[in-house]
Amino acid sequence: MTSQKAKKQVSNLPHMTQASQEEKRRQLAYKELLQKKRPRPRYLRNVLVAFVVGGAIAVLGQLVLRFFMSRGLDLDAASAPTLAVMILVGVIATGLGIYDELGEFAGAGAAVPITGFANTIVAAAMDFKREGWVLGMGAKMFIIAGPVIVYASLAGIVVAFIKFITSP
Amino acid sequence: MAAKKFGRSTIKFTNPPIIVGTGTVVGPMEGKGPLASDFDVVLPDHAYGERTPERSETKILEQAAKIAIERAKIDKSMVDYYMAGDLLNQIISAGYSARQLSIPYFGLYGACSTCAMSLALAGMVIDGGFADYVLIACSSHYQTAERQYRYPIELNIQRKTTSQYTVTGAGAAVLASSGTGPKVTWATTGKVVDLGSKDVNDMGGAMAPAAADTLLTHFGDTGRGPGDYDLILTGDLASFGSEMLKELVKDNGVELGDNYRDCGLMLFDTKSQRVGAGGSGCACSAVVTFGHVLREMERGTYRNVLLIATGALMSPLSCQQGESIPCIAHAVVIEA
Repeated sequence: MTSQKAKKQVSNLPHMTQASQEEKRRQLAYKELLQKKRPRPRYLRNVLVAFVVGGAIAVLGQLVLRFFMSRGLDLDAASAPTLAVMILVGVIATGLGIYDELGEFAGAGAAVPITGFANTIVAAAMDFKREGWVLGMGAKMFIIAGPVIVYASLAGIVVAFIKFITSP
Repeated sequence: MAAKKFGRSTIKFTNPPIIVGTGTVVGPMEGKGPLASDFDVVLPDHAYGERTPERSETKILEQAAKIAIERAKIDKSMVDYYMAGDLLNQIISAGYSARQLSIPYFGLYGACSTCAMSLALAGMVIDGGFADYVLIACSSHYQTAERQYRYPIELNIQRKTTSQYTVTGAGAAVLASSGTGPKVTWATTGKVVDLGSKDVNDMGGAMAPAAADTLLTHFGDTGRGPGDYDLILTGDLASFGSEMLKELVKDNGVELGDNYRDCGLMLFDTKSQRVGAGGSGCACSAVVTFGHVLREMERGTYRNVLLIATGALMSPLSCQQGESIPCIAHAVVIEA
């Protein structure tokens, strides 16, 4: 009770409100200045490079898929080993210190394919290994990939539920 | 009445501390930059023979401190205090380096402003008659900072246009009550300024208001202006932050001209080296000031330099909780 009353009194003091209004005004003005002056990312370059690099990774995946299919697997059966191979490629490239360079160069082109997902796990594992196998690597290797898994699962449940209630 | 205090937050040293020795160690990226020849040690890699980047940072800091003591031509036992800081949680690099040095130690945290902060504090200790020799040092490390503030090192992340690159290295200096060398003559202590910026990929933009505040306070307190200095040097505002600083002080009638530079931009060739908007970190202002600027003063290029080191006082935790970034800037004047 008393604290609420005190709060009210403080906010009623005219010089306090003026000072905080002044502060708010300065903050807003600076925010506007920052937005106006901040250098824009090179959108066109980034989109093009992401398209080419992401596409190249997808083409590599397609070649691997074709290889497994040519060895007698059907499309469904060939998907799993293809993913495994692409994950392995991402893992090895991360271990060799190449994938972060590719990410810096290609942005989403390197992050979106499954090789990028493998990179998030291996990069975290390599980093946190120094704090031990259990509390370091074991606990923290999904620090980047974890949210993806959580919300992908959640999205899957939601979509499945929508399908369940809308299908006759 | 504090006799040595001028105006709001500036002090003038009556017995200015003298920088009698410095030591700088930098990493491989800094070693490829335009100032490489001014550093005492350039490391071939980030590891420095250690199994973790944190250990490597401690070793770098120790090495810089040892070189500074050596250059000051004194024995370790003559150093009254060791003041050091870095960016890591609980300033472990500074603490662990103090364990090796065994000199009475004060740990400092001012984020990237630590260099100027330690110069000011060491100056007060010496001018106050509490010490004859004070060793100051600060360090940062690309990999330890990435791990603590951002993402795992090998993660595929594209830098934003305003992102900065944490400098690997350490700068140390021995300040003395007597001797020959450049003197620290004035110091302006900054206050925390926060204009509500929350973008952790734009430290320069967040810190520019703090730098502007300290710069204007310094000019107000001392009656000086930009023309009174051969060089006005900010710590790590990088390209965008420096531009913002110029804008902010211009609104207050202060024009920063060709004598204004930023350590984060001097240390790298920002066109050919992939460092985003420029360098950052405690070591950024320390290695540029102690390595390059003091050598240039010796060569006679500069006679009086105003260093304003800026620091962002947030943590990854406070940012994740949606807090804005409180920033600070401390200024010191170094005269030949």
